[in-house]
Amino acid sequence: MSLDKPYMDIPGTTIFDADQARRGYHLNQFCMSLMKAANRERFRADERAYLMEWPMTEEQREAVLARDWGLMVKLGGNVYFLSKLFSTDGKSFQYVAAQMTGSSQEDYAAMMLAGGRSPEGNRYIGEKK
Amino acid sequence: MARITAGVTTSHVPALGAALDNNKLGEPYWARVFAGYDFSKEWIKKNMPDVVLLVYNDHASAFSLDIVPTFGIGCADSFQPADEGWGPRPVPVVKGHAEFAAHLAQSVIQQDFDLTIINKMDVDHGLTVPLSMMFGQPDAWPVRVIPIPVNVVLFPPPSGSRCFALGKALRKAVESFDQDLNVQIWGTGGMSHQLQGTRAGLINSPWDQKFIDRLISEPEELAKVPHLEYVREAGSEGIELVMWLIMRGALSSKVNLVHRFYHVPASNTAIGHLILENQQ
Repeated sequence: MSLDKPYMDIPGTTIFDADQARRGYHLNQFCMSLMKAANRERFRADERAYLMEWPMTEEQREAVLARDWGLMVKLGGNVYFLSKLFSTDGKSFQYVAAQMTGSSQEDYAAMMLAGGRSPEGNRYIGEKK
Repeated sequence: MARITAGVTTSHVPALGAALDNNKLGEPYWARVFAGYDFSKEWIKKNMPDVVLLVYNDHASAFSLDIVPTFGIGCADSFQPADEGWGPRPVPVVKGHAEFAAHLAQSVIQQDFDLTIINKMDVDHGLTVPLSMMFGQPDAWPVRVIPIPVNVVLFPPPSGSRCFALGKALRKAVESFDQDLNVQIWGTGGMSHQLQGTRAGLINSPWDQKFIDRLISEPEELAKVPHLEYVREAGSEGIELVMWLIMRGALSSKVNLVHRFYHVPASNTAIGHLILENQQ
């Protein structure tokens, strides 16, 4: 029997479950390696060469190089692991969240100040807003 | 005998730590959040515990994907602040209570909770931000801390009812320790927030407020809420709120509400903070 995934009908959301964690294992472990200052320096010096040391997929490497945060999540990345990468870049959780929604950080921050994204119309895929 | 006198819940958003560490409290955006903790800083001076059982989640700092314990207990003498990618937070070393932690581990495991015993671990913002919110910026933390990390990153986390039952087991374990210790239990994380996908930024204030109401008045019923509801209503990261149920399970069925604070936003997150005193 396959895993029961009742959360698949939530829009714009990737749940970091066992399948995603398996898919993203090396991508996430690469991110963890950036918790050491020496590794951050090596990564900054030659990102591609550093990424080649990790047995992740080429698609995952390209997503890292392009800093395509939404794609990294789809390919098994988890935001708490990815935070080591965006911290290395000097970026914040809010910057990355904005990037994933396709807004500027300014617009995203304004939405948060106005009370955040409403759950209305955002609970089920295909739900009428 | 050791006893649990009070429970505290608070969000542990990393930006709160960054605001404090980088002296941004003068900015109105952050001042509004920190104002909700002014009362708490005074309250805890008058009600200083000897030990805090601090329930939190590690954010891929101490635990990579190599080992993911569902429930753990920190049994070391001390815990260093973790380097999460921008250097460790400039906060004091966290002093543990090895003898008490070992007692708790043994007692809780004998009550059928198979905790992972952790003798070496760095602690990230999930643990140090709550300490900062309650104690500000001292040279040394005024309490000993027993970290109780809970997996809420890799789905599924433990269920609400399992968390509530762990709280009850912890209370029994505390009360069977011979030393006369004043113990608080803190449950951290939440409230509604989502940090990934195009739905990032989700906030559900009515759901959060109802969660707080029910946590106070009918926690056993609240503990039955399935994971799916947390994710759908409070966001993929809002599921951290199951940790508040561990705190609540360790308190008496009736509690005195001492302080309640709720604010949107801090970065991406709804901030919730409670102080509950046990009715002995």
